[in-house]
Amino acid sequence: MKVDDSLISRLEDLARLELAPEERLRLQAELENILDMVAKMQELDTEGVEPLAHLAQHPAPLRDDEPEGCWPVGQALGQAPVRHRDFFVVPKVVSSPNA
Amino acid sequence: MTVPPDLPAIQAALRGGNLHCRQLVEHYLEQAERNRALNIYLEVFREEALAKASESDARLAKGEEPGRLFGCVLSIKDVLCYAGHRVSAGSRMLEGFESQFSATAVERALAEDAIILGRVNCDEFAMGSTNEHSAFGPTRNPVDPERVPGGSSGASAAAVAAGTCLASLGSDTGGSVRQPAAFCGVFGLKPTYGRISRHGLIAYASSFDQIGILSRTATDAALLLQVIAGPDPYDSTVSLEPVPELEPLLRDDSPRRIAWLALGEGQGVDPAIAEAYSNLQGELEKRGHRLEPVQIPLLNYLVPAYYVMATAEASSNLARYDGLRYGHRTARAGDVGELYRKSRTEGFGAEVKRRIMLGTFVLSASYYDAYYRKAQQVRRLIKRELDRLWENCDLLLLPTTPSPAWPLGQMTDDPVGMYLADQFTVMANMAGLPAISIPFGYKDGKLPLGMQLLGPAFAEPALLALAHQLTGKSS
Repeated sequence: MKVDDSLISRLEDLARLELAPEERLRLQAELENILDMVAKMQELDTEGVEPLAHLAQHPAPLRDDEPEGCWPVGQALGQAPVRHRDFFVVPKVVSSPNA
Repeated sequence: MTVPPDLPAIQAALRGGNLHCRQLVEHYLEQAERNRALNIYLEVFREEALAKASESDARLAKGEEPGRLFGCVLSIKDVLCYAGHRVSAGSRMLEGFESQFSATAVERALAEDAIILGRVNCDEFAMGSTNEHSAFGPTRNPVDPERVPGGSSGASAAAVAAGTCLASLGSDTGGSVRQPAAFCGVFGLKPTYGRISRHGLIAYASSFDQIGILSRTATDAALLLQVIAGPDPYDSTVSLEPVPELEPLLRDDSPRRIAWLALGEGQGVDPAIAEAYSNLQGELEKRGHRLEPVQIPLLNYLVPAYYVMATAEASSNLARYDGLRYGHRTARAGDVGELYRKSRTEGFGAEVKRRIMLGTFVLSASYYDAYYRKAQQVRRLIKRELDRLWENCDLLLLPTTPSPAWPLGQMTDDPVGMYLADQFTVMANMAGLPAISIPFGYKDGKLPLGMQLLGPAFAEPALLALAHQLTGKSS
């Protein structure tokens, strides 16, 4: 399958990645090779075969609905790249109506 | 110092006072130091390991009954959380990250008095077959430092092969425990999907990922599995199947019906491996097992299906690395969209980006049915085919890899070549079945080769017993 520049841009956007121009070119070629390898699957007749996504052998058992394994706020925020008191600091995501 | 050959022998020496835990840890630390150039350890927990060893010695001297894993000195792959210790998945994305809790497997091993010597390198987010895709440099193969140790648990295999620890905990998504075990000449056990809790294992492809064990003997793998396997309220995909007492089962030498995979022209198997493979068949027959050849026509479709599904799951799992709550955050972002993009772009290496892009592609609306759905159907077919196989035989024998360890740098520009080298290992992950790689033979008298046994779900006792029979010199 042909992987063109616009497909790379679309995937970049979906995956939230930004590739350098030379990385884009390399990835274009690599994805084409990988998709050629993967195309082998199309030889198989899978008409009517039910897809199998997961192998867990039983319905997932749930824990009782009791709070446990909780952490103090300081610990939960302990790995935050930027924090302010008990909050993660992130760039502004809403603009004020007057802006 | 010569370390006794396996954990029961180590424990007997410790109990008899001929050996002290501290001596043992000092020995492993020395070995780790001596093999520094191989870049196995990302971090050695020196003082802590020594303190724990002294504590174990003191408790034993007082006559206290130690835990089942006393004297078991482990290394852990850099994808397993250990509370209060760093874990980075071989990635800049998690550089400096500290675990806030321990993986269930790690916690259970510690509770039985195992000592963790350090954290070992791996391919970034466990994606790779060579250990060259680590942000912290490649690990080298102790057998031949110009060759790769395999991957992604390459440094785990190297750590065991170089004698820097008794065993190592790794993870296996498409062969990441078995292939490096084969490349370095040690045992590599990938248990049944769900046999060991994945709580605290950094996720790559959740429907395939399984914690595995790299060790010098089948006995040690059994003793470790015994402790770390079993139900866990923190992993809803873990199996509720009880874990049998494994050590006595190692001595089960009842004759088995073993199907062996007939190798075709297309598989590109190294002649040394083909020879060892046929020797092993002879050896098994001599021991009273019944062998018969089997064809698995789906074999050539498994690597394609595996890479579609695993990358799809990876693209979803790795969406969590957004630079907001933990992990790398770019210093150059204006708005939140840019923060995501730049943090991820700076944090992930080339192989991880490649797999995220592929996974994103196969999950995208226009291609979902042709790729992702198709791959899931292949998965159903291989599961069915293997289920049918178990009606007439107990285990399946096949090589672990088509070739021994290759030179560093050989596969770095050839992702397709690297992926195809997984042709014999992905089957166990596609079908969620247990498999073990057994060191068996050498190429040119030097490069280790691995042979693989695969069984139905929860056949770990049979796999370990056979591995033990073939190689065991246990105490």
